[in-house]
Amino acid sequence: MGRITLDKVRKSFGEVEVIPPLDLTIEDGEFVVFVGPSGCGKSTLLRLIAGLEDVSGGEIRIDGQDATMVPPAKRGLAMVFQSYALYPHMSVRKNIAFPLRMAKMDAAEQERRVKAAADVLNLTDYLDRRPGQLSGGQRQRVAIGRAIVREPAAFLFDEPLSNLDAALRVGMRLEISELHKRLKTTMIYVTHDQVEAMTMADKIVVLRAGHIEQVGSPLELYRNPRNVFVAGFIGSPKMNLVDGPIAASHDAATIGIRPEHIRVSDEAGDWLGKVGVSEHLGSDTFFHVTCEGISEPLTVRVGGEVDLRYGDKVWLSPDPDHLHRFDDKGLRIA
Amino acid sequence: MAPAVFLLLVWMLVPLCMTLWFSLRDYRPLRGGDLGFVGLENFARFVSSSSFWPAVLTTVLIVGGVLLVSIIFGVLLAMLLDQPMWGQGIVRILVIAPFFVMPTVSALVWKNMFMDPTNGVFAHIWRAFGADPVVWLTDVPILSLILIISWQWLPFATLILLTAFQSLDSEQLEAAEMDGANPLARFFFIALPHLSRAITIVILIQTIFLLAVFAEIFVTTGGAFGTRTLTYLIYQRVLESQNVGLGSAGGVYAIILANIVALFLMRIVGKNLDR
Repeated sequence: MGRITLDKVRKSFGEVEVIPPLDLTIEDGEFVVFVGPSGCGKSTLLRLIAGLEDVSGGEIRIDGQDATMVPPAKRGLAMVFQSYALYPHMSVRKNIAFPLRMAKMDAAEQERRVKAAADVLNLTDYLDRRPGQLSGGQRQRVAIGRAIVREPAAFLFDEPLSNLDAALRVGMRLEISELHKRLKTTMIYVTHDQVEAMTMADKIVVLRAGHIEQVGSPLELYRNPRNVFVAGFIGSPKMNLVDGPIAASHDAATIGIRPEHIRVSDEAGDWLGKVGVSEHLGSDTFFHVTCEGISEPLTVRVGGEVDLRYGDKVWLSPDPDHLHRFDDKGLRIA
Repeated sequence: MAPAVFLLLVWMLVPLCMTLWFSLRDYRPLRGGDLGFVGLENFARFVSSSSFWPAVLTTVLIVGGVLLVSIIFGVLLAMLLDQPMWGQGIVRILVIAPFFVMPTVSALVWKNMFMDPTNGVFAHIWRAFGADPVVWLTDVPILSLILIISWQWLPFATLILLTAFQSLDSEQLEAAEMDGANPLARFFFIALPHLSRAITIVILIQTIFLLAVFAEIFVTTGGAFGTRTLTYLIYQRVLESQNVGLGSAGGVYAIILANIVALFLMRIVGKNLDR
């Protein structure tokens, strides 16, 4: 079981309030991703849940029990750190068994659980090595193994993939998702990478300056961002945001249009622009198009076969069904 | 480069060669002068002398005692200094200060201002509690010397251990905390293994210097009350007994001993750089 409820949780470091009162419920078995730009308080929030930081106010409940003042070890949560935080002088086996040893579990049971974890994570051949002799991905798996053996109520991941190279990151992303499907344990995952958030989460929590901007499933956030911040943060490449007279003509302070919702034509359309840099991904091509009356270049996503050159003139037309409109406070207009 | 190497040769090799040369000769400056070549007789006589084994024991006691005190208190002090506190910079400089005091001076200060049985600070404290003052340098000479020398070397150990503490990844400690390790377990399972290399280096460097401790003994007990270390024995052989040959043989033993320790030191430091 792992239902975690935050009730008006607050955190300040001295005078600085990092997290203003915040409410959030994480259901049992959910994969929740905290995402936001650096310094938005997502790691702090995770550390509050873990108990590594003390809350300045409010209440944290785990499975209905007040855990606000419970020390980290007693909360039944396991954490995977960004630096992996493996114990360098211990073998992989001892690293994984460490929490069991601290819990004074008997040796046979320790061995059984370490074996089981190593099986799940493909670490059986490495049990007698030191962390220093492992690759980044293997270290990450040891850190996860150390978390699994405790059979925690929830797993906490603090940017676990940011030290890995791009290829490995995609692989580990899948492995963690796979693990979640298999264990069905609550997982809270902190990242600044919205791709990780979109691909892994059941529920995304978008944070900015300690505030929750929006909570929802990845596609909910993608399709119906509640405000300009979420609209600009979720999605890659970013949503095009246009203000000024063009937005006013749609009765909004700002309008947003995703790169894939812009039609490109060399004959007619709403906006005339000049092609700038193009990024060819093979399957898709992203064009950066500078249009008259729009300050920022627009990103347009087209199929890989479209052939446009630097400096070419094109007509762009936003798909009216997928146009997002925001008022002068940045909130979505329904 | 050449002048520097030349200087180094003159400074290091000439005394070394002279020591080796004298160790093979019966040379007593005030009792007949250079009496010729005697082979390895000096080496045999130095170790078979009745003062040799007691001197070895004293050396081991003092070196071991100082190491024990400076490591244990060094770890504790480093842990304290690693905590964030007001005036951290000044406190750290003050902690290092004893290292800059000359050994002769600090030993004299300890002897006359702290351990003096009539006017010393300790004597006053003892009397304040109605106890008889301890005559430190006569009654517990080795303990007194360990105290004086430790006071000088504790800052060095603290400094090295402090930097080791600072390089300890705080996420490791947090991970251990989440894993259910109490503060004591965190110290023994995480912090101490992390410090092990720094501790080894402190032990080896200090051993090399502690084997050569001289001024502290010279100005306090003058080698009396069983405080004659190997180094002090060599000094007495050369200058008090005026037997340069015998003293030089002792000196050669000391060189070999220091080099064995230095060898271990270099291997460990070398390993440290590899990682």
